[in-house]
Amino acid sequence: MDQAALKKLPKGWKSIPSDLNSDQTAFKGVQWGKAMMWIFLLSDTFIFSCFLLSYMKGRGSTVEPWPNPSEVFALDFMGVPVPLLLIAIMTFVLITSSGTMALAVKYGYEKNRKMCGWFIVATALGGLTFVGMQAFEWSKLIHEGVRPWENPFGAAQFGSFFFMITGFHGTHVSIGVIFLFIFARKVFKGDFDSGKRGYFTTMKSNYVAIEILGLYWHFVDLVWVFIFAFFYLW
Amino acid sequence: MAENIKKKEQTTTHKIGIYLWIWGLLFVLSFFSYMVDWFQFQGLLRWTLILIFMFLKAGLIMAFFMHLFWERYTLVNVLLWPMTAIACFVGLMVAEFQYTVFTRFLYFVLGS
Repeated sequence: MDQAALKKLPKGWKSIPSDLNSDQTAFKGVQWGKAMMWIFLLSDTFIFSCFLLSYMKGRGSTVEPWPNPSEVFALDFMGVPVPLLLIAIMTFVLITSSGTMALAVKYGYEKNRKMCGWFIVATALGGLTFVGMQAFEWSKLIHEGVRPWENPFGAAQFGSFFFMITGFHGTHVSIGVIFLFIFARKVFKGDFDSGKRGYFTTMKSNYVAIEILGLYWHFVDLVWVFIFAFFYLW
Repeated sequence: MAENIKKKEQTTTHKIGIYLWIWGLLFVLSFFSYMVDWFQFQGLLRWTLILIFMFLKAGLIMAFFMHLFWERYTLVNVLLWPMTAIACFVGLMVAEFQYTVFTRFLYFVLGS
């Protein structure tokens, strides 16, 4: 649906009944792939919410003291333990990569192939840095004796929740990085300008794909916002 | 004709300034939430600050980076109501942990 036709439709709350009762596409002006990505992200929200739920309940109902995150995740800098130093850097790296992704989407829609491609590469490098720092954090904690079933700092549930939640998030980041590199290649090749058809679909390539990829990447950042708040700061 | 279509598609982009602003705000908010831990605020103040900064960051990312601010109300509502529902579910279950920990203390620790 083009912009001129969209502008003629009702706005605000009135648009909900009129869009849903139009006997056509419910999400007007939204490409089907984008709608599907949003619905996938909604279901992913449910998965992460259930992790959050079980973590909060597990942490709240254990009779043993919960390990203090700002001590467990402290990092020695010049001989002084700085609380949550690595986690703070990881947060800033992920936000930076989210910003570059937003710019990649913008340049994609402007059909600026080079800028779009380089910003996607920058995003992927940010994601790789994040996963690398997470691997460092995991190996440090495993070295200190944190296991899913026990740890030297306090309640045994700490390890299982930590590895489960950050591991699931790290998997999302890793998958995102792979797709970012694949799409950076497609952008540089000019598939989105020529409308070349993809491997798995007969649809023509379109820069909307970059926005869909961006939605996934911002979601990964969004989940980290919640993990940072509830797991590391709480 | 082709020229015409190109022009119409371009209206969906936004100025670069808005993205840079949101990016900057996210940095500032992340810095503030790190400061909550740095200054070791405790208790209700800590949890309130963490939640405020968290929801501000999540809202900014969803509204501007994920373009929900510019989407039509149908999509926004289809996404936000289920999320509200699961947030309520999380709230309910978290409220319940006090009963669980109470019974555990009663039977495990006191042993009666």
